[in-house]
Amino acid sequence: MSPLDFAYLADLLKQRSGLILTPDKEYLLESRLRPLIRSRGLTDFREFVSALRTGDRSLANDVVEAMTTNETSFFRDIKPFQLVRNVVLPALLAARTGTRQLRIWCAACSTGQEPYSLAMVLDDERARLDAWTWQIVATDIAPSVLTKAQNGLYSQFEVQRGLPTPMLLKHFAKAGDSWQLKDEIRRKVMFRTVNLLDDLRGLGRFDLIFLRNVLIYFDPDTKRAILDKVSHQLAADGFLFLGGAETVIGVTEAFEPVPDQRGIYRPTGATPIPPIMSKTAPPGLAGARA
Amino acid sequence: MKACLIVDDSRVVRSVARGIVRELGFETAEAADGAAALAACEACMPDVVLLDWNMPVMNGLEFLYALRNRPDGARPKVVFCTSENGLPHIEQALAAGADEYIMKPFDKDIVETKFSMIGVL
Repeated sequence: MSPLDFAYLADLLKQRSGLILTPDKEYLLESRLRPLIRSRGLTDFREFVSALRTGDRSLANDVVEAMTTNETSFFRDIKPFQLVRNVVLPALLAARTGTRQLRIWCAACSTGQEPYSLAMVLDDERARLDAWTWQIVATDIAPSVLTKAQNGLYSQFEVQRGLPTPMLLKHFAKAGDSWQLKDEIRRKVMFRTVNLLDDLRGLGRFDLIFLRNVLIYFDPDTKRAILDKVSHQLAADGFLFLGGAETVIGVTEAFEPVPDQRGIYRPTGATPIPPIMSKTAPPGLAGARA
Repeated sequence: MKACLIVDDSRVVRSVARGIVRELGFETAEAADGAAALAACEACMPDVVLLDWNMPVMNGLEFLYALRNRPDGARPKVVFCTSENGLPHIEQALAAGADEYIMKPFDKDIVETKFSMIGVL
């Protein structure tokens, strides 16, 4: 790949998705775009970039999709889901007794394991959520992963990565060699294609936002812009979860970390969580409670 | 160091499992059937048992029943690791006292996840 072709592709990715591709990631372009080049009947990167330069939007979308990292699993990292159950839900249930409504947004949800994990956590709390309305909006830039997410059909390998077996039994049905998520969980999650660089106001206001392992791919200016936009979609007393390697510190002042709860942030100035609710429950995703 | 007893009649599977659980920081012991596994537990109770289902002499489920009915009340964690991947088998295993269930084929990622879930990692 010529330096010019690399520069063109890196710029296209930055403009369309905010993804930053440094020269040491050329191998990533090579490995992920080769299948796309072949599928389009082209022979090399020179021809591929020429096709992109003609303004082929569909091809440009395919490039973004191919370069998006879709690493995910059910209950990835476990801790955030324990915190939702033991810290966030009690706080929101206390704060929303008037409306009895909760809205949750999973940004960059990939193939759906994260929003469905949250849906399983909330379903598990149905006694506390009786007479409440809750909805999870899950978004991603890549339509193909959302199709898989909507289908809710996962391989044996996928359901074994992070999903406690009691939850597998409770929420899935065997479908040949795969596992089908039951409708009662699937219908709680609404999937939409959303580019975080775009206007996010149409999504509405949320009580809890999961934006995990997304910001690491962006440069500081893009991180700040996204976080500032996200702050407008979060209720003044809502909660934001970032990935373990991500932070708002030094990036934006719209959020501040929740003391002693790594990975949780709240809008700056939000009312502190009552102390009794900020205690973390024991390990194991209440796993056993499923 | 925590101990893991690997119970499987396949030498190859035991070898793969041994590599994985040692990488996860366990010392290992092995048995090729349920009866040998009970004897191994008698000699030295492990923290966790990685247990195949279909084995000669005594199968995994029979071993689990015997283990869970020991008079000394020892209760090591048990993770089935088997090619039996149907719902009835999984339900039966959990009802008999298994803590988690791995459907073969497995890899380090899956074993690590399951061991974390049951609190032995």
